[in-house]
Amino acid sequence: MARDAAHKRMIELLGNNEPLPVDLRQEIIFYAGPCPPKPGQVIGSTAPTTAYRMDPYAPAMYEYGVKGTIGKGPRRDSIKEACREYGAISFAAVGGLSAILSKCITAVEIVAYEDLGPEAIRKLEVRDFPVLVAYDSYGNDLYEQEIAKYRTLGDGVT
Amino acid sequence: MREIHTDEIRDTVARLCMEACYYLPEDILAGFKKAEAKEVSPLGKTIINQLIENAELAAAEHVPYCHDTGMTVVYAEIGQDVHIVGGSFSDSINAGVRKGYQEGFLRMSVVGDPLLRVNTNDNTPAVIHTDIVDGDRIKFTLLPKGGGSENMSAMKFLLPGEGTEGVKKFVIETIEAAGGKACPPVVVGVGIGGTFDKVTAIAKEAVLREVGVHHHEPHIAELERDLLEAINRTGIGPQGLGGVSTALWAAVETYACHITALPVAVNIQCHAARKKSAVL
Ligand code: SF4
Repeated sequence: MARDAAHKRMIELLGNNEPLPVDLRQEIIFYAGPCPPKPGQVIGSTAPTTAYRMDPYAPAMYEYGVKGTIGKGPRRDSIKEACREYGAISFAAVGGLSAILSKCITAVEIVAYEDLGPEAIRKLEVRDFPVLVAYDSYGNDLYEQEIAKYRTLGDGVT
Repeated sequence: MREIHTDEIRDTVARLCMEACYYLPEDILAGFKKAEAKEVSPLGKTIINQLIENAELAAAEHVPYCHDTGMTVVYAEIGQDVHIVGGSFSDSINAGVRKGYQEGFLRMSVVGDPLLRVNTNDNTPAVIHTDIVDGDRIKFTLLPKGGGSENMSAMKFLLPGEGTEGVKKFVIETIEAAGGKACPPVVVGVGIGGTFDKVTAIAKEAVLREVGVHHHEPHIAELERDLLEAINRTGIGPQGLGGVSTALWAAVETYACHITALPVAVNIQCHAARKKSAVL
């Protein structure tokens, strides 16, 4: 689990050819920052943050070896291309489904950048965590496909 | 003259922070159910059902339904016959936000400086709007606003001649640019008129209007109906994954404006439509 501030730091490291604080090759990054856990909870409410904010960083992360990312909402075309080029997948989970999704996380550990609070890098174990393939490695775009089916608005406003 | 102590303000704000984040408002829940019944996309239907289930789970367990518990926008309508005692008014609101976010296990989502970006770790400062009204009470309304939908909001000065059609066009453009990023189904708050600052303020006030309630002026109510219909024909749907429930509601607020101007603002409220009021 990593989001804006952690990505900013990691991209700087990659740019300088320095190692990341944790090995993320072959891993999936969940773009999210949780609520603090209440006593008895594994993790507080959690759901994906808006994926497009990580668009400037994602191609470099895929190139480095990250296999997939989980976020919400459509992304730039550069992500589609990067997924194809590096054989990665951009998944979507339901934004704001945070009470339910937190129950699918069975273990959590802060592994880097603790000073970033909700933006620290966390290692998660999950069970039955529901995601959709938004952008696959073949250039498909689920958002575009699904919206086209239901759009009835003309070019004007009516 | 009635005295209200700042401790009471602090505790009320703290309670409202937690309640707004744990308990999805009834009108939004009712809006979900109505949207679910109308939704034609199977995926869209599934998502809305999950959101209903999520809201019920959060309420039962007293946890936030969405993890982005937002920047805390506080509206205070202060009766002119109230005397605030015990300390500073705005300090007591911020003390309430601090208490509510810490004791409620809400996420600290505020950085103190927009460029240095260090988390304040207590979700302060709040954004505080005050209004002096008749009477000897204070009404607080809290709107903890998530980043995903706020980031997709927009403002533009149209030419006066662009009129209603221009307004519709700008609203639809804003909704289409937001797409799934703003966590639809959304509530769309539109401000028309006023000045640069006023138009965004009334757009946000529009977001607070109860879902299902139209503006009192017939031509504005008609605009609201047209906007809602057009928004739901964009195909964006729940989470931007297709469907006919992109918005639960569209509310428009207006204000007088300059002869040269037609300012329009669109404030997008995601499905985590937090709002909670209390009167002291
Ligand atoms: S846009 Fe709203 S529902 Fe989506 S993650 Fe942000 S606060 Fe939650």
